[in-house]
Amino acid sequence: MGNHSDGSPNHSGTVATAGQNEVEKFQDPGIPPHRLRLADTDPKAAKRAERQVALLFGISVVGTLIFLVAYFAIDLGEDSNIATIRLQNALLGVGTAFAMLGIGTGIVHWAKALMPDHEVSEERHAIRYEEDRQAAVRIVDDIVEETGIKRRPLIRNTLLGAVALAPLPAVAIFGDLGPRPDNKLAHTMWAPQDGKLKRLARDPDGTPIKAADVTIGSAFHVIPEGLNELHEGKLNEKAKAVVLLMRLDPASLHPSEGREDWGYNGIVAYSKICTHVGCPVALYEQQTHHLLCPCHQSTFDLTQECKVIFGPASRPLPQLPIAVDDEGYLVATSDFHEPVGPSYWERDMHERSINS
Amino acid sequence: MKALSQKRRHPLAAIALLLMGLLLTGGLYAVATTVNEAKASTTTYSANDTEEGGKLFAANCATCHGMGASGTADGPSLVGVGAAAVDFQVGTGRMPMQMNGPQALKKPAQFNDEQTHQLSAYVASLGAGPAIPEEDLVNGGGDAAAGGELFRTNCAMCHNAAAAGGALTRGKFAPALADVSGKHIYEAMATGPQNMPVFSDSNITPEGKKDIITFLKQIESTGSPGGADLGSLGPVAEGLFVWVAGLGVIIAFTIWLTSRTS
Repeated sequence: MGNHSDGSPNHSGTVATAGQNEVEKFQDPGIPPHRLRLADTDPKAAKRAERQVALLFGISVVGTLIFLVAYFAIDLGEDSNIATIRLQNALLGVGTAFAMLGIGTGIVHWAKALMPDHEVSEERHAIRYEEDRQAAVRIVDDIVEETGIKRRPLIRNTLLGAVALAPLPAVAIFGDLGPRPDNKLAHTMWAPQDGKLKRLARDPDGTPIKAADVTIGSAFHVIPEGLNELHEGKLNEKAKAVVLLMRLDPASLHPSEGREDWGYNGIVAYSKICTHVGCPVALYEQQTHHLLCPCHQSTFDLTQECKVIFGPASRPLPQLPIAVDDEGYLVATSDFHEPVGPSYWERDMHERSINS
Repeated sequence: MKALSQKRRHPLAAIALLLMGLLLTGGLYAVATTVNEAKASTTTYSANDTEEGGKLFAANCATCHGMGASGTADGPSLVGVGAAAVDFQVGTGRMPMQMNGPQALKKPAQFNDEQTHQLSAYVASLGAGPAIPEEDLVNGGGDAAAGGELFRTNCAMCHNAAAAGGALTRGKFAPALADVSGKHIYEAMATGPQNMPVFSDSNITPEGKKDIITFLKQIESTGSPGGADLGSLGPVAEGLFVWVAGLGVIIAFTIWLTSRTS
């Protein structure tokens, strides 16, 4: 340890040498001369710095008081409005900021301006003593020798086997965290119930939609009829069953074989759940017939059965087969013919079982 | 003058100049836009309106939309689009189009209220379509909560939950809805301009449209309860702010921490 507050540049104690018998190449320049601060020489400046630190701590006190006053004095009762909430939020934030910054900046300013600032260098200890190292190696050798693990391979091998197998129960336990979804992801509320086809209803009010309501260029956000009456798992069902209903010129649709009757006079319904990671795809452009997913810009072309034309999604959006019932309302003739939403482990298996 | 030239090298001179420039352009823009502000609309058309509108149409619109508005390769037929479509497109300056592009942009309207009225009258006479909405449907006064629910279901995915607008595919975008008049919001819903889907009365009832307008005007006037909304653009704007301002403050503090005091 060398104290250099006297400002002398020499005697730093460390000298760089290239080898034992070689001439010194570099002289350690040592620490630059110590420069005194204003507060070290001028008592007035020291007094001023002291006042500044006290002021910063005082600002912290004021900040804390602002927080407490804002928290207790501003009443967020029944008759408060958004302006009151904004005022309280702003004051809580400003109060906390001043309270914390006042203490922090005060301490730093105190340390920088008033506390002793002489430079100190610490010598580095020798990194490793050869005797210590050899002693440690000896201890390890002794342990290995005394356990006799080299002489008794049976013990060694059984130990290795036991250690390797021990984590397996954890794998089993983590694998069972929460119930398995089984085939819940493969079925939605659109499946006909007791032979009755589900009507398409408006989101959010749940009123059924007539085919005549859907004018060309329209986009309806659709939920299955009866969803709003569910008492349990309503959000889970909605998350799987939401559908976007659009009508375009029938001539611009190009249904593939077997899907000609899935639409009705240019009215088509597609799942709103993106096949990439499940964001709601509902940005419909009625002239280009593109459907855009806002999360990762996957773009689906409605005229090509929602084929992916851009972005990371790998499968087209599932189409909901629809028809019109006796009263003119749109109904789903069946559930989706594939699981909606992003891929999951058993998806292919579920898709095969739906279509078999 | 001498004092001014002496102060031009002042560190704050650049900021002062910038502020002056911004105020000047903002002021000019405000003056320019108020000239075309919409007045109360009436939905009755006289034969004279239709005739004058036909002349205006032939002189300004027929190049793309064809004589008799039957459409050409450059522009769609306007038969049956209704007065509301004309009032929206012409009233917001989107038509006549400035140039071909991903979408027609809002700009100072080229026709005054009377001319817009006459053009609407002419196009409305060609075939039935959505009419210009009644006054009481577009001036708020509906149920803002119900309007908010409708907005979040039908509009928010393109126009942003705070109606700040958002990007669509290939250069198109859904515009921000602040400062759009209730009448134009209603007409846009009823007619589906450009790539916006149509929200006909059988999808969202006139009462529902009124609620949506009420909701939009409500969030416009209340502002953001959580403080600065940074344009309500979500994580991009917020991230930019944190990276630039937040890290900037941290860097400033580290510089101060390691600097010597005098």
